[in-house]
Amino acid sequence: MFPALHDSRLMWLFGGVLFVLILMGFVADILKERHREDANRPTIDNFKGRIRAWWKMCIMFALCLLVGHVATLVLFAIISFLALREYMTLVPTRRGDHRTLFWSFFVIMPLQYYLVGIQWYGFFAVMIPVVSFIFIPSSMAIYGDTEQFLERAAKIQFGLMVCAYGLSHAPALMQMNVPGFAGHEARLLLYMGIVDQMNDVLQYLWGRLIGRHKVAWRVSPSRTWEGFFGGVISATALGAALWWVTPFTPLQSAGMAFTICIVGSAGGLVMSAVKRDIGIKDFGVVVEGDGGVLDRIDSLCFAAPLFFHLVRYYFVP
Amino acid sequence: MSEGIHPIASLLASTARFISGVQVQWAGCRPSERQRIYFANHTSHLDFVVLWSALPSDIRAHTRPIAAKDYWEETRPRRYLVENVFKAVLVERGTVSQTKSPEEGKFVSRSLIEDLAAALGTHNSLILFPEGTRGTGEKVGDFRAGLYHLAMRRPDVELVPAYLENMNRILPKGEFLPVPMLSLLTFGKPIRVEPGEDKQEFLERAREAVSSLRRIGPS
Repeated sequence: MFPALHDSRLMWLFGGVLFVLILMGFVADILKERHREDANRPTIDNFKGRIRAWWKMCIMFALCLLVGHVATLVLFAIISFLALREYMTLVPTRRGDHRTLFWSFFVIMPLQYYLVGIQWYGFFAVMIPVVSFIFIPSSMAIYGDTEQFLERAAKIQFGLMVCAYGLSHAPALMQMNVPGFAGHEARLLLYMGIVDQMNDVLQYLWGRLIGRHKVAWRVSPSRTWEGFFGGVISATALGAALWWVTPFTPLQSAGMAFTICIVGSAGGLVMSAVKRDIGIKDFGVVVEGDGGVLDRIDSLCFAAPLFFHLVRYYFVP
Repeated sequence: MSEGIHPIASLLASTARFISGVQVQWAGCRPSERQRIYFANHTSHLDFVVLWSALPSDIRAHTRPIAAKDYWEETRPRRYLVENVFKAVLVERGTVSQTKSPEEGKFVSRSLIEDLAAALGTHNSLILFPEGTRGTGEKVGDFRAGLYHLAMRRPDVELVPAYLENMNRILPKGEFLPVPMLSLLTFGKPIRVEPGEDKQEFLERAREAVSSLRRIGPS
């Protein structure tokens, strides 16, 4: 009935994640008690926020495993929708973009996920880079507002590339035909998610612990070289240690994890630059509570397509 | 007017809430059963439904919109929507300015205010867009006098300003299909006509009370 439940390695991995999450929850609570007033408080609150988000991700992942591929697709489509919505809300658009935006939300994005769902690789790989690249400026030209035309077209296309195209490669991993790996595709998705999120949080923690030399301080003042290297190295090591859930050897797994870390970091940095450009700190500013979907997944939006293509190129004959 | 909420109204309210992802903030007052006139900026057809859906359901059941008669009686579906679904109070727009003499104008506006006061009754609340028409969202336009006259006629009713943000980007004037951006709705501190305040002063202050609630975008 539920094939994922008979995948013992997947269950070990997922069980391990849940165990670590519970452990981290306790640690965060203890730390919070100890640092009630002092300067470490924001770090702990940030950490607790992440843990909450991870719990949500885990619950959703578990549901996907139980319900199957279609559920995974729908879930990621919803996340794409929420992310694109945050992006478009905060990126200035004009009245003349209204119909183009409508097409983006209700035709282009669903179509992208539909194409992933029917496994039409040749089409979904070019849907947004080619088809929407042509469609968006064309429709904007037809609607006739030429003010800041190039800028507006670029903003919409960029949002679709990040929020819809990039992220749609995560559920696409579920259909990867790696020989001898059939039925275990969900592991790839979980593996990528773990490495990506761990890279994020480990960079943050290493930076807080030993960060001295700032990198890209104009974009994001809290990033340091120590945090970057510490995070990438430890998340790569973690990825290598998880080789047993992937079709890779330990060395290959280290290479894959390293790529996810580097590209994911680049994604986080790019989106920080976008936020700086718009003049906000988080995409979640508009939505309190559940907001900031894009803040959580920006690294994944960049890492997913690259990981997808690397696996496809090297491991699918 | 019956107390129940029409099922189509509930359906439209939840749809509007989903599309606008509206986040509600009661910044200047709490939701209350007392009689109120909610007045807000107007940029979209969704404004009323979103504002209405943001109220707790027991308050919603006796809160009615004020709608322009000329627009909403034009086609049958529109008429059904305002009369049966939302139980709107329909008013004639611009009739006062079309009258020939000042006396006649006064008479028309007085009967209009009487209609609105009657709609308030003993326990209803109203939703009013005092700009009288949908704007582009860049700035809040000048308010029409109805708010002032109604406030003078019914000084017991609280006047609650509200600002709807981003609705003009979700469903602007002249568009049929919505774009699901996120919006904000902020309720401000109730105001009233101060002793000795004339019509223009009050209307300008009311406009200011609405536009000062803006949280994002150019201020």
